[in-house]
Amino acid sequence: MTQSAAVAQEAPAVNQPILHVENLQKAYHGQEVLKSVDFEIRKGQVKAVLGPSGSGKSTMLRLMALLEPSDGGSIKLRGETIGTKEHRGRTVHLPERLLARQRQDIGMVFQKFNLFPHLPAVRNVMLGLTSVKGVSHHEARELAMEMLQRVGLENRAEHYPSELSGGQQQRVAIARALVLNPSVMLFDEPTSALDPELVGEVLDVMENLAADGMTMIVVTHEVRFASRVASEVSLFDGGVIVEQAAPDQFFNNPKHERTKRFLSHVH
Amino acid sequence: MLFDPEIFFQQLVSPEYMWGALISVAVAVLSLILATLIGFFVALGRTSRKRSFQAPANVYVWFFRAIPALLVLLIMWNALPQLIPIFSQDWFTPFIAAFIGLGLVEAAFMAEIIRSALLSVDEGQSLAGRALGMSPTKVMLKITLPQAIRIALPPTGNEFIGLVKYSSLASVISLRELLTTAQVGVNITFRYAEYYAAAIIYYLIIVTILTLLQSMIEKKFAWTSRATVKKSRALAPAAKAGLS
Ligand SMILES: Nc1ncnc2c1ncn2[C@@H]1O[C@H](COP(=O)(O)OP(=O)(O)OP(=O)(O)O)[C@@H](O)[C@H]1O
Ligand SMILES: [Mg+2]
Repeated sequence: MTQSAAVAQEAPAVNQPILHVENLQKAYHGQEVLKSVDFEIRKGQVKAVLGPSGSGKSTMLRLMALLEPSDGGSIKLRGETIGTKEHRGRTVHLPERLLARQRQDIGMVFQKFNLFPHLPAVRNVMLGLTSVKGVSHHEARELAMEMLQRVGLENRAEHYPSELSGGQQQRVAIARALVLNPSVMLFDEPTSALDPELVGEVLDVMENLAADGMTMIVVTHEVRFASRVASEVSLFDGGVIVEQAAPDQFFNNPKHERTKRFLSHVH
Repeated sequence: MLFDPEIFFQQLVSPEYMWGALISVAVAVLSLILATLIGFFVALGRTSRKRSFQAPANVYVWFFRAIPALLVLLIMWNALPQLIPIFSQDWFTPFIAAFIGLGLVEAAFMAEIIRSALLSVDEGQSLAGRALGMSPTKVMLKITLPQAIRIALPPTGNEFIGLVKYSSLASVISLRELLTTAQVGVNITFRYAEYYAAAIIYYLIIVTILTLLQSMIEKKFAWTSRATVKKSRALAPAAKAGLS
């Protein structure tokens, strides 16, 4: 909490979006997955993204996290273009080394956790600190333990991923992203790989994060979570954001026919 | 002619046999190290997206999979010194020729083992590493490689045992490894059974030790906290106290 307070002080441009995506495009083998995505999120906002399976939600997040090159459009983080640069009037992708640096400011949580199985929980959380930020082993361990405590897993620190439940693994994965103190956290269906009884513990951690002021984009099928925690809910379909509204309006009084149809399947 | 246990035991504990066994193991260890180093880079080339990295790696594997190890050893020892003067100097001993020759051949096979090990590490692993902002080299060293090593360990153990036996090929370049030692003894005494039996015992001992070593190393890669749970229980309260 002290961290987010400090960040708030040094970011005076309250009205500037943290992440701003314009006309983002991506095709695989000639198949357009992202046609033109426009999206922005401000500090402390939580945006939930719903949409049918295979519509390209994961692709959108991977592009925002600079894990894959886009085919067009721009991504701005705190007003600065990331992932690409202008070179002799053309837009070119940055080399991997520079992308790696820009990625530090964006946290990503995956559907399948992707914890490093060869490292105990605490070392999973430490790895970004020691090998990216150059934090000393000792200090990294303290920060990692603090993060594990925040997700309620300080007594599982020395357990390997194979010795943790799915819910615990996902909480470690959240701690691993969080410890680098990113400007925005992206969640790709963080609970869809979990047994139903383990979903709650992960959503609780995310809700606490939101309450602490973390800026979050959450792709999810959890309608209850979206309506309770999100400041805005979007429907992603056919390669574009179809509708975007406050949860109350989105769920109870959607404008678009496609949203109504989608919601009728979900409810 | 009966089996004479005395001759057998005499040879078993003779310095010649021990030295021969040591040479066999040393050739195997050094060629495996060389093969792993070359094999790693060949595997990187073969998994690379760049044609200019792929092509030489493919040629390497194609070439050394086709050529018999025996021929490579003969070329190393006989042809190389004729072609390149530096190899006709004193430092180029049968031992060095043997481990480099076997290492070059073995690298083609290690490359395949390492390549399939690298490919079998889940894609999500490097994705997660990159998402943390790790450079490609860091992702390889800290995430992909440790997981690939675990997958590559059992087949590498097999290759190692194979190399111990292949080291006997170096008899053609007059390296006095274990089998050559036995053969030289036989040529003088004609006590085939006793001399060969002593060699068998040495091979059995060597492979048994290697197998034990391998299972010890594989346990290290079990990735469970059985050994460390006690420690974490002791640490957890201390960590809490430190934070509050
Ligand atoms: N690396 C890739 N190569 C080729 N096609 C891909 C790749 N990644 C995604 N696709 C395709 O792009 C489309 C969108 O995939 P994506 O995973 O982004 O959808 P999604 O909305 O996240 O679906 P889900 O709800 O099932 O997770 C799919 O048709 C998929 O087959
Ligand atoms: Mg998806």
